Amino acid sequence: MLSYLVRRIAYAIPILIGVNLVTFALFFVVNTPDDMARIQLGAKRVTPDAIAKWKSERGYDKPLLYNAQAEGTRRLTDTIFFEKSVRLFAFDFGRADDGRDIGREIRMRMGPSLAIALPVFLIGLLAYVSFSLLLAFFRATYVDFSGVVLCVALMSISGMFYIIGGQYVVSKVWRLAPISGFGDGIDAVKFLVLPVLVALVASLGERTRWYRTIFLEEMNKDYVRTARAKGLSELRVLFTHVLRNAMIPILTGAVVVIPLLFMGSLVTESFFGIPGLGSYTIDAIGSQDFAVVRAMVFLGSFLYIVGLLLTDISYTLVDPRIRLE
Amino acid sequence: MSDLKIVVLWTDALVFLLLAGTLAFGFYIRRKEHLIAPWRRLAQSRAGMAALVVLALFLGIGLVDSLHFRPLVSGGGNGSERSYAVEVLSLLDVLLAPLRERKEKTYSAPLAAHLFAKETIELPDGRQIREYPRLLHGGAHLRDPATERIPDIGMRTARGVAYGGGLWLLADVLVTLTLARRRRTTFSTMHRDVWRGVTGIPWNVILITVGVLLLVAGPVFSLAAEYHVLGTDKVGQDVLYLSLKSIRTALVIGTLTTLVTLPLALLLGIMAGYFGGRTDDVIQYLYTTLNSIPGVLLIAAAVLTTQVYMDTHADMFETVSHRADFRLLFLCIILGMTSWTGLCRLLRGEALKLREMDYIQAAQAFGVRRLRIITRHILPNVMHIVLIAIVMDFSGLVLAEAVLSYVGVGVDPSMISFGTMINGARLEMAREPMVWWSLAAAFVFMFLLVLAANLFADAVRDAFDPRVRVRARTTVDDTEGTVSPALAVEGAMR
Repeated sequence: MLSYLVRRIAYAIPILIGVNLVTFALFFVVNTPDDMARIQLGAKRVTPDAIAKWKSERGYDKPLLYNAQAEGTRRLTDTIFFEKSVRLFAFDFGRADDGRDIGREIRMRMGPSLAIALPVFLIGLLAYVSFSLLLAFFRATYVDFSGVVLCVALMSISGMFYIIGGQYVVSKVWRLAPISGFGDGIDAVKFLVLPVLVALVASLGERTRWYRTIFLEEMNKDYVRTARAKGLSELRVLFTHVLRNAMIPILTGAVVVIPLLFMGSLVTESFFGIPGLGSYTIDAIGSQDFAVVRAMVFLGSFLYIVGLLLTDISYTLVDPRIRLE
Repeated sequence: MSDLKIVVLWTDALVFLLLAGTLAFGFYIRRKEHLIAPWRRLAQSRAGMAALVVLALFLGIGLVDSLHFRPLVSGGGNGSERSYAVEVLSLLDVLLAPLRERKEKTYSAPLAAHLFAKETIELPDGRQIREYPRLLHGGAHLRDPATERIPDIGMRTARGVAYGGGLWLLADVLVTLTLARRRRTTFSTMHRDVWRGVTGIPWNVILITVGVLLLVAGPVFSLAAEYHVLGTDKVGQDVLYLSLKSIRTALVIGTLTTLVTLPLALLLGIMAGYFGGRTDDVIQYLYTTLNSIPGVLLIAAAVLTTQVYMDTHADMFETVSHRADFRLLFLCIILGMTSWTGLCRLLRGEALKLREMDYIQAAQAFGVRRLRIITRHILPNVMHIVLIAIVMDFSGLVLAEAVLSYVGVGVDPSMISFGTMINGARLEMAREPMVWWSLAAAFVFMFLLVLAANLFADAVRDAFDPRVRVRARTTVDDTEGTVSPALAVEGAMR
């Protein structure tokens, strides 16, 4: 187990380096810091001096990869690549273009993001599994058929309409929850109810349909036929045999998103005005703050790779047939 | 000597290339029984055909909207310098010229005769009052909207329904006549067969879908002559026009995205699976790395950098439309970059399986070159996966466009799309009473398009996926699903 883990982590490192190189190429090679300075300063104030000042304030005035003027190891470390890209490996995100410490912002904003994403994840898993189990129980009847039709219809609606509709009905017409905003402590609950609810409904169709397929696939297997043949009731078959076996692909499929819960959701957070990482990213995109976007790309990839690692481990925990070799 | 200059935008060229490719493929498989069989199965699916009718309507609008030109503004006489409008128009713009040109001042509700906001109006006697002013075009033919508007709308709706119904009857007769002639039966037998649903292709479902569309389109057209059927937006543009124009953007995103990255996914996926070894390692590393970057962030990062590039190279683009089109194409490529990894992995797995099949082993033993094995034996046998992937991806991409445009990394703000429509309308949520019609229009059009695409994709998957078919026929173990589709098709035909 330990050697497998070490090997998997070792395998993740080149991927992380690859991600780093891709972002470096995107942000510093396709567009030079000069271009970025011009955009940030606006057309009116562009002078060579202003660009030079903008660059030196943010440390973009160094050579890209190799500093011929420096001495010793500083030839390699006193460069944009080292300062802006290599340091990401130590989670040193540097400063945003407005001068704020990105690492601090990320730590502060993880909480609110998680406050939405975690309930959605947990309640969602429970709700979707129950709903799809219901459909699977009534398979090939009108209940199942209308359930699938409902799922396809729900899938065909853009997530933004769920948010807009939810805000309109729940907050404006019924006045049950505030339209947007965020509070501290217990106060936060009333702000969280609506976003969580909307996020749950928004992914209901797709998830339920997906889980239903897994259940049906499982129900076609031999052990289910055996269970029925020995006279177990259909409910018993469903809960003690099918559910347990179908939970393997469902759980292992869900594990990969757990680390990404920290990243929050771009659209939900920005619509509901929640100060999480998602709205942070949106704001950064809007103000073309390249440093923040770069940091979020790296963080997102890192968390995804952690998720893949957790998936591999969870396979072995829930399915004894899989051995880590 | 023409008074317009034809403009072929990048996406236009690709759209028509795709269309030509599809037609050529259709012509190619016309006489090949083993290739046409899954399409026959598809044609028998009721939901699939109903969805296809709706999709065909959208596709038609999108294609008409893909023929661009710039009208002549001045010159053209005796050797004087010709100059063309800065604005690039499409054939659809010409057809919808009344809708496009009848701009109001600002918001107006659907079918309204007055503006949505009060304005100060000066009366002939010099007094000033605050009132809802009349619209410039919507309901302008009415003398007293308060009493005449509702009856007028009713009459026009009835007329539209009559037109739609008439066209529907015509369609019914034409379809039945054609079928009756082909099958050499009488009109009445054929008509009964069609409506009992005993024709192979579910013509009754197709006719009902066409009928519903005609019955909706009839009144809309007849009302659009004098009203803004779906209201107007903030700058007074007709929302119906905006919705129809958005269709092309959605279609381009949905289709070209997969098309531009298809060669990459095919090449790398098959190479990884077939060659294995070092090649496989490198390709796997490549797609795992790209896959690790969260999609939206990669798109955002890439679009931000292109934006900078486009701002610094502004002289590259002839008109605003060229610029918006370049961005649209780039968005397609970037969206494709984040989605080709999935298809690549699927193809790698399939190629890995196919490599061990007897007929490939036999070809190898005969000394057939590897390139030829790939093109003759592997490629045709993974095409169903590619097709399923293309149709399955479509609806997701249409939805993604709206989100990305909202986030600010989607299409160019000057390009009409569902995303820009939603983004513009969202801020008006807080108004009292609410401006709901832009959102509602975007919702209805998007919902129809995506629902049709989803239903069609399901039908395509059911018709083409050998695993679904094998499982449906007998309950063979899943490994049976790896039989080459050609074999499975023959099995299904017997």
